[in-house]
Amino acid sequence: MRRRDFLRTAAVFVSGASVSLSALEFLDPGKVLAAHPQLRWAFLVDTHKCVGCGFCVKACKIENDIPLDANVTRTWVERYVIKKNGETVMDCPKGALDGYTSKLLDQGKSGKVLVPDKEVAQAFFVPKLCNHCELPACVQVCPVGATYQTADGAVLVDRQWCIGCGYCIMGCPYGVRFFHPVERVADKCTFCYHRISKGGNTACAQACPFGARRIGNLRDPDDPVAKTVLNQRVGVLRDEYGTKPHVFYLGLNKEVR
Amino acid sequence: MKRHVWRPLFVVLGLVAIILSARMIYVPADFGSQERGYTFGFHRLSNEQEWQAFPAKFKDSAYCGGCHEDKTGSWEASAHAAIPCENCHGAAFGHPDKPEKLGIDRSRGLCLRCHAKLYMPSSGRHDLPGIDAERHNPGAECVACHNPHNPSLEEM
Repeated sequence: MRRRDFLRTAAVFVSGASVSLSALEFLDPGKVLAAHPQLRWAFLVDTHKCVGCGFCVKACKIENDIPLDANVTRTWVERYVIKKNGETVMDCPKGALDGYTSKLLDQGKSGKVLVPDKEVAQAFFVPKLCNHCELPACVQVCPVGATYQTADGAVLVDRQWCIGCGYCIMGCPYGVRFFHPVERVADKCTFCYHRISKGGNTACAQACPFGARRIGNLRDPDDPVAKTVLNQRVGVLRDEYGTKPHVFYLGLNKEVR
Repeated sequence: MKRHVWRPLFVVLGLVAIILSARMIYVPADFGSQERGYTFGFHRLSNEQEWQAFPAKFKDSAYCGGCHEDKTGSWEASAHAAIPCENCHGAAFGHPDKPEKLGIDRSRGLCLRCHAKLYMPSSGRHDLPGIDAERHNPGAECVACHNPHNPSLEEM
């Protein structure tokens, strides 16, 4: 083989090999569009604005027929008190259905504790709800196809199809799923799918007097929620699980679990 | 080969046929992998419409103002304008037809949700006017003195 031939063949081989196989794959426009639909619901929680009134929890329970007295809820508000010595005390009595009206922190069996004002470094409220993850662990584990994600991102439960095995309740890293005491199926936040898909607001966001909770379309560049998520410093809960949660938090602390 | 060797095979084939035909009847036609693929979108498509048809209980303050404009005026000008009507007056459901009257929550606990003084320095609660619930007229209903539609202390 002549040197010139060798160099030419080598150059052709190297340039050919550098083109990855995926680059040669034909893209189906339908599939590309389905991966980027015009609507992707996302939720924005501003923890600075939350005052712990719990109106959101009450409104959610009434709107979605969750028994008020049952110890289950689709959304709840946690209180965090971080002391100057670095210790964190947290409580969430009845999911904050009746709000926070006392300085005493409910620690369950170990009773109630009072953190004196002068020991408090930070104290704030964190509303929680289903994160409607892009890669929902709860959906993956469903053995019967009863829970699923819609094209616009909402994770829902088919009440006719659910067999109540509870895998999804175990699978959710955020603990947002529970067993509905009346319907006898797994239940969770739907982002008020019946309201938002008709142009309305979620019951919790509507009940919030302070604008601490907002829902929006992540694909709409003019949407105020999308703008904040894209331009502000927002955090998500338990990023390390890789579920890509779509409830974004302003003012999230490392103490919040 | 003898017939008794084939017989179990026919039984198995028959069972498979029964299961497949039962599956065809039992599984709805719209069940399958939808937009989000097999892993996240495997479901009965019509359930999405079922959830969209779920009855809403809450309307909004604009709906209330459609009839009760005599009440919404003072409330809209007050510091309580941010609070939707239904937070205190209850969800509208089918009001004014069903129910004809809504049960108003006048309880002290409702006001204390925001106005019990807590030391929450890094939250919006810190900026709200608050009382020590154990000292400030314990047991009394707030609305006996305060007007929730115009909570200004100067105009009391």
